[in-house]
Amino acid sequence: METYTFLRQLADSWFLLAMFLFFVGVIFWVFRPGSTKAYEDPANSIFRNTDKPAQSKEAQS
Amino acid sequence: MLNYIKLIVLGLVVLFAMMGASFARDLAYQVHMILIMVVAGGLFLWTLRQTDEPEAVADLSGEYNDGVIRAGVIATCFWGIAGFLVGVIIAFQLAFPALNFEWAQGYANFGRLRPLHTSAVIFAFGGNALIASSLYIVQRTSAARLWGGNLAWFVFWGYQLFIVLAATGYLLGGTQSKEYAEPEWYVDLWLTIVWVAYLAVFLGTIIKRKEPHIYVANWFLLSFIVTVAMLHVVNNLTIPVSIWGSKSVIVWAGVQDAMVQWWYGHNAVGFFLTAGFLGMMYYFIPKQAERPVFSYKLSIIHFWALIFLYIWAGPHHLHYTALPDWASTLGMVFSVVLWMPSWGGMINGLMTLSGAWDKLRTDPVIRMMVISLGFYGMSTFEGPMMSIRAVNSLSHYTDWTIGHVHSGALGWNGMITFGALYFLVPVLWKRERLYSLTMVSWHFWLATIGIVLYAASMWVTGIMEGLMWREVDANGFLVNSFADTVSAKFPMYVVRGLGGVLFLAGAIIMCYNLWMTVKASPAKEKSLSTAVPAE
Repeated sequence: METYTFLRQLADSWFLLAMFLFFVGVIFWVFRPGSTKAYEDPANSIFRNTDKPAQSKEAQS
Repeated sequence: MLNYIKLIVLGLVVLFAMMGASFARDLAYQVHMILIMVVAGGLFLWTLRQTDEPEAVADLSGEYNDGVIRAGVIATCFWGIAGFLVGVIIAFQLAFPALNFEWAQGYANFGRLRPLHTSAVIFAFGGNALIASSLYIVQRTSAARLWGGNLAWFVFWGYQLFIVLAATGYLLGGTQSKEYAEPEWYVDLWLTIVWVAYLAVFLGTIIKRKEPHIYVANWFLLSFIVTVAMLHVVNNLTIPVSIWGSKSVIVWAGVQDAMVQWWYGHNAVGFFLTAGFLGMMYYFIPKQAERPVFSYKLSIIHFWALIFLYIWAGPHHLHYTALPDWASTLGMVFSVVLWMPSWGGMINGLMTLSGAWDKLRTDPVIRMMVISLGFYGMSTFEGPMMSIRAVNSLSHYTDWTIGHVHSGALGWNGMITFGALYFLVPVLWKRERLYSLTMVSWHFWLATIGIVLYAASMWVTGIMEGLMWREVDANGFLVNSFADTVSAKFPMYVVRGLGGVLFLAGAIIMCYNLWMTVKASPAKEKSLSTAVPAE
């Protein structure tokens, strides 16, 4: 099969499905149980380390 | 040792540029080679003077690399004023054609200045704002100093060189005539090198981050850097006619070329002007409002929805062309669907202020950021609507498109950048506060009224023009000639120019205000942190 035909068929069949499933998966992942609490820390990370880099892994939060 | 390699490379570049300047087949190439010769020669001498000198080794890992960000802020202001000024000039050139002076024909007429304006505002003003703020954000949210030492400085100066080469090239006729991708092959190659270095600095900093999570702004900024690299390379696959000339030929032909161009063009809007600036939005709005983003979950869905959808929207620029109908329908459908994540992001930004709406009254900087989201919402509603084939048959090739672009670019990109600059300058120069909040208010109102004048006049003239073009009499003959539409548009062109003057005036006030902030505002004592950790 020609490369174009192959890529074209792949694009509007399996790859389309894979991308769609990935996207749906992301939505489910985001709303997984416990995510509200888990996202609190990253959402507040912008208020830390504003002056200088953290010196060690333990330094943050 | 590294300096010896640098000297060899710079020496070879100078030699090549000398040969280029002498063998040059066209003026743009010749001027560029002289420019490159001077820059590389200067760098050669500078490197030579530092070679074999004892190096001061200092451990800088305990502080952020803010010097390059300060430089980026200055460059953003400078190119902003330059780009807005050229915009005002070409707006009046359209209203009063006599401003295309006879003595400047071939250098400063509308056709030469127009790409100078678009590139100056998008890539010079917007690009410097993105580079500076992304390097600021990635350091703070990764709690790590920029990776790569002075590589960030190479990115900054390399990008300025790209801007100068592009801008002078347009005036001298060095263009490949692809909208928003006008620079010729050697300028494209240089930008590719700079951009890869930028990616390395950004990604290197993320990799050595001390925070466990990659903050959502960095996702947007990384997608902007990666996608722009991809778009730039594919849309600029050209073969130079001669290595001693600026002319090149693109490898794509016909409708494929058109599709690649608008795949590039629309995703430049999507990933440069949207994803990149959304990264700024997700950092600076929560910072200025002093509260975390409204919904972190929504921001993740916003990110994935935006990047999955935007990449398909390009064909809506090619309705009623040789492009197959299925492709332009695909672009149209994705453009309409794209409305959802756009508004999701807008709501996320606006709702970040919930519980702190009083700040809108007291803080003109947050007002600026909020109106940028307002314009973002407006233009991301207008865009999908205009991409519908039936609407496009009226709006395409008219001034409506120009109005749409400017409500997005001035309103969303401009205002969020101004907000970010007002946030960054006191922090970067360690000042207690801005010099004058009254001036920020003046800037806010001048810019807002300027955009309203601009957008409103372009709606009127665009729809009028579209209707005049399609008007036929009882026998099926066209009623208006093209020149009829041009003369009917005159009053709106003047209003548009005045809107531009107001916007430019606001930006000049901002530059004065920021200058005085650095010069006259009281310095901060010890620490520059204003925010208390929110645990």
